[in-house]
Amino acid sequence: MTDIADSLRLAFDLLLRGDTELLGIVALSLRVSLSACLIGAIVGLLAGAALAATRFPGHGVLVWAVNTLLALPSVVVGLLVYLLLSRSGPLGSWGILFTPTAMVVAQSILVVPLIAALTRRLVLDGLREGGDQLRSMGAGDMTAALLMLLHERLGGVTILLTAFGRAVAEVGAVMVVGGNIAGVTRVMTTAIALETTKGDLPLALALGLVLLGVVGVINALIGLIQPRRGGVVQQAFA
Amino acid sequence: MDMTIADALRRGVLRASCLLGLVVLGAGSAGQVAAQERFIVVASTTSTEQSGLFGHLLPAFMAATGIEARVVAVGTGQALDMGRRGDADVVFVHDTAAEEKFAAEGFALKRLPVMYNDFVLVGPASDPAGARGNDIAAALKKLASTPTVSFVSRGDKSGTHAAELRLWKAAGIDLATARPAGYKECGCGMGPALNIASSTPNAYALTDRGTWLSFKNRGQLAVLVEGDKTLFNQYGVMAVNPAKHPHVKQALAQRFVDWVVSPAGQQAIASYQIGGQQLFFPNAAK
Amino acid sequence: MSPAASAPPLISLRDAGARFGPTVALRDVSFTVHRGERLAVVGANGSGKSTLLRLLHGLQAAQGERELHAPAGAARPVLAMLFQRPFLLSVSVRWNVLIALWLRGVPRREREARCRDALARVGLLAMAPRQARELSGGQQQRLALARAWALRPDVLLLDEPTASLDPSAKREVESLIDEVACDGTTLVMATHNLGQAKRLASRVLYLDAGRLAADMPVKDFFDPATNHAASLFLKGELPWT
Repeated sequence: MTDIADSLRLAFDLLLRGDTELLGIVALSLRVSLSACLIGAIVGLLAGAALAATRFPGHGVLVWAVNTLLALPSVVVGLLVYLLLSRSGPLGSWGILFTPTAMVVAQSILVVPLIAALTRRLVLDGLREGGDQLRSMGAGDMTAALLMLLHERLGGVTILLTAFGRAVAEVGAVMVVGGNIAGVTRVMTTAIALETTKGDLPLALALGLVLLGVVGVINALIGLIQPRRGGVVQQAFA
Repeated sequence: MDMTIADALRRGVLRASCLLGLVVLGAGSAGQVAAQERFIVVASTTSTEQSGLFGHLLPAFMAATGIEARVVAVGTGQALDMGRRGDADVVFVHDTAAEEKFAAEGFALKRLPVMYNDFVLVGPASDPAGARGNDIAAALKKLASTPTVSFVSRGDKSGTHAAELRLWKAAGIDLATARPAGYKECGCGMGPALNIASSTPNAYALTDRGTWLSFKNRGQLAVLVEGDKTLFNQYGVMAVNPAKHPHVKQALAQRFVDWVVSPAGQQAIASYQIGGQQLFFPNAAK
Repeated sequence: MSPAASAPPLISLRDAGARFGPTVALRDVSFTVHRGERLAVVGANGSGKSTLLRLLHGLQAAQGERELHAPAGAARPVLAMLFQRPFLLSVSVRWNVLIALWLRGVPRREREARCRDALARVGLLAMAPRQARELSGGQQQRLALARAWALRPDVLLLDEPTASLDPSAKREVESLIDEVACDGTTLVMATHNLGQAKRLASRVLYLDAGRLAADMPVKDFFDPATNHAASLFLKGELPWT
């Protein structure tokens, strides 16, 4: 237990001191994972809505694929992206291996199936309730799906928060494609992994607490911008 | 529609968050653009990184040449693989046999010796196997014949792992046919291996001195065998051959190689200390 | 059969039917909806009332023929539908109507005015900025009505619109439906409230196990002297007021 107490103290110490290396690592973590979630949101929300609302040949296979990719281990994604971006690989000429850009690519691939699968379920459930009415009002398949996304936007926010959680907490993908280069591609999770392998467990745990704290602050901010209401839909988010 | 104070506050927070977000996203990109061209990727090993050497060496290199050396620290096997794939400009590892093979395959034009550090055998201070001393071969024989002790091997194709295997062979113990009962492979880096050793009773491990000196989770572990010549761990540096990978930054990579074997670089290596102890001993050819 | 047979036809069904897998929900249904009519569709639960409405609207794939007759100066009649439980988007009252107008391609400059108009007619203008989901059941149904009304539909289909409402809300919504019809909108309303049918309808369709068993003016339908397929049904049902 003293390890945890030490780590708590160390975590506060690091934050209060405003350690520049730590701030840089936190900023990079946020930058990479937020960018990945932005890309994931655009692709995943649209894909999930489309899968819920439309039917086409191969639709069933696509749904199965998205659901299966939910269980994609982050290190496998890292490996695949590494092989793609390696100089000996097909996209080597892009030269983005071991840069934050590669990390964003890997994390985007990680979160898109998550967002798509959850969005599909969200929109499907919504359409079950209101699909008839929307069609009656003249909405086409995709329009109905997008209106349903608007309707269930709080659920959508929760989905994006889940995706962000997955991205910012993963270490396998960013380690492999980023290389954990000090000052360039070192993020919170790879820093924690490094300190753990060095045997400095209190520091590793302290960094972990900092990571949790940062995510906690983001959640608090999001909670602040939701207007207070008592309805059931809002309670689902709270 | 009236806007209550709460609404106004909410909008304010939303705007501030968006601004903050843009700043975070923007700040990072700006930094990247500046450092764009004058950098090389150096593939090295986790034990070297964890010793803290690069934190000391690279700023000196940057000051001398203005070039940023970006170290990706992986196992020796993976570092050489990076060189073969062309994902690194320089390879800086400690497995002479593997390095010479790398050069022979044409992936590097030359291999230059740079420095050495040494391995030590660590184990419980009580030393149930009686391994203490300065003869590693004798120590390993004692470990193999004491059934109550265990040995944690990295088992990850790293330079340390390769050295460990050579030492067992030199002690006359064939791991393939006569593996000691307590021999465990973790497939992990030096730190995790030491973590396992320190939390397992009566466990021994082979580690490089650099990692050991920085390792904070020692538990009952202490240095038991050191100073044996066969425990010396030689480092070599190689610039990846542009004939195999035309895109490598040959000029910049060569400057790294040149600097590291130059008097200035060798001095920087020698001056790196932990707790007053020198870790790496420069031995580039004069 | 219908007293308003001289009025122009809007929707015709000929030998129409619908099935869900092995179950046949409707079969051999033939009739025409004329402009200005107020049709009540009555029958026991499961007799196919909802399916018939969905068929008329085009929400349901149908066997047989369904024909839309173009009213003067337009390509096809504008249809709108109200469901027993209205589905409202989780946005404001005002935006619910605006989105409906946008979906139907009403030009931008007309939307605000039509929205305000429709909300005023159902008495919800003051509630325009409120969240639609926070409204009471009766208010929500009135909003659904406003949403449909703003589109100026040729035919308004209603599927048991007051079945889930308390008595006072029921009265409010009924009187609004009456206004809509007086405005010139043709009504087709499914209901199991016979009193409602008596009050609002001009013509009654009676469904029995998916078949159109009776189709006659409202007076004849409720005349105890007339003996028709629905007589037993009428006798069995308690007339609601």
